[in-house]
Amino acid sequence: MYKIAVMGDMDSVLGFKALGLETCPAATPDEGREALHRMAKENYAIIYMTEQLAAQLQPEIARYKDALTPAIILIPGKEGSLGIGMANVKTAVERAVGADIL
Amino acid sequence: MPSTTINPTRQELNRLKNRLRTSIRGHKLLKDKRDELMKQFMDVVRENRALRRRVEEGLMRAHGAFTVAAALMSPEMLEQSLLYPKQSVELGMTFQNIMSVDVPQYQFHTTSQDPGEIYPYGFAQTSGELDDAVDALSRVFADMLRLAEVEKTSQLLAEEIEKTRRRVNALEYVKIPEMQSNIKYITMKLDENERSNTIRLMKVKDLILKEALEDRREATAEAIATFGGEAPQPV
Repeated sequence: MYKIAVMGDMDSVLGFKALGLETCPAATPDEGREALHRMAKENYAIIYMTEQLAAQLQPEIARYKDALTPAIILIPGKEGSLGIGMANVKTAVERAVGADIL
Repeated sequence: MPSTTINPTRQELNRLKNRLRTSIRGHKLLKDKRDELMKQFMDVVRENRALRRRVEEGLMRAHGAFTVAAALMSPEMLEQSLLYPKQSVELGMTFQNIMSVDVPQYQFHTTSQDPGEIYPYGFAQTSGELDDAVDALSRVFADMLRLAEVEKTSQLLAEEIEKTRRRVNALEYVKIPEMQSNIKYITMKLDENERSNTIRLMKVKDLILKEALEDRREATAEAIATFGGEAPQPV
């Protein structure tokens, strides 16, 4: 069985606990980095991460981008969306096609 | 002109011709692969964008309700209410093969069957907004899982397309023209050798003929000197 984790600041991830997901509150980028690497080694299939935290962990996330697991999916934190998630979709298109055609 | 030194031999020519044939075939196949990947990728990306928009909206609603709940309740109470979830999620993962790219597919099922059973707390001591927040989250959760699947797929496909595109371009614009020019160079060189060989043979033949002619002339002159008589008319 694979596991799902939610990473981000305490207030943003607390709600997911009620759904039965594992939450990993990370206040600082260093904590987040450590937790991310630990979870990537274990069998976490999906890691949801708030954009606020992800903005500070760009190189770590890029490392797992081409790996099959974990899938790191950005979600808006409680402060709202920073547009990074959408920008990533755009980057994927640019990477594949060479230009943003959508 | 060939960039590196190549041996203008027939063996090398044959080798190059074989490689060129393989390259052209490979180029065609890779091009087909790229086109098909691109087709799949466009579908996935469109779904990805729609899903992401929906998930972000849903999550913002949940966060809004959650913020209100957090304002109404003490942080300790809030944490306590959510500390022990009633349901747990089990996630299974299988792989689907899209044009030799493995993409994940998730199956999940929750341990509680009744959707009304997700609140892990008593209603007496919590605010109604918390119910809203949890409800909104559980509603958006299915979309979130699908989003994870689709987004990972699009990332993996993008990587594969990039790789394939580079290979196609390298073959089309570098390897194949290079091999063609090398083949041309070798053919020309071999033809040139052939011609120079023919000329050499002709020259040698001329030389031999001239020598033979001179020998005959000498023999004739000797015969005249020995036996006298009129010299024969020169031919």
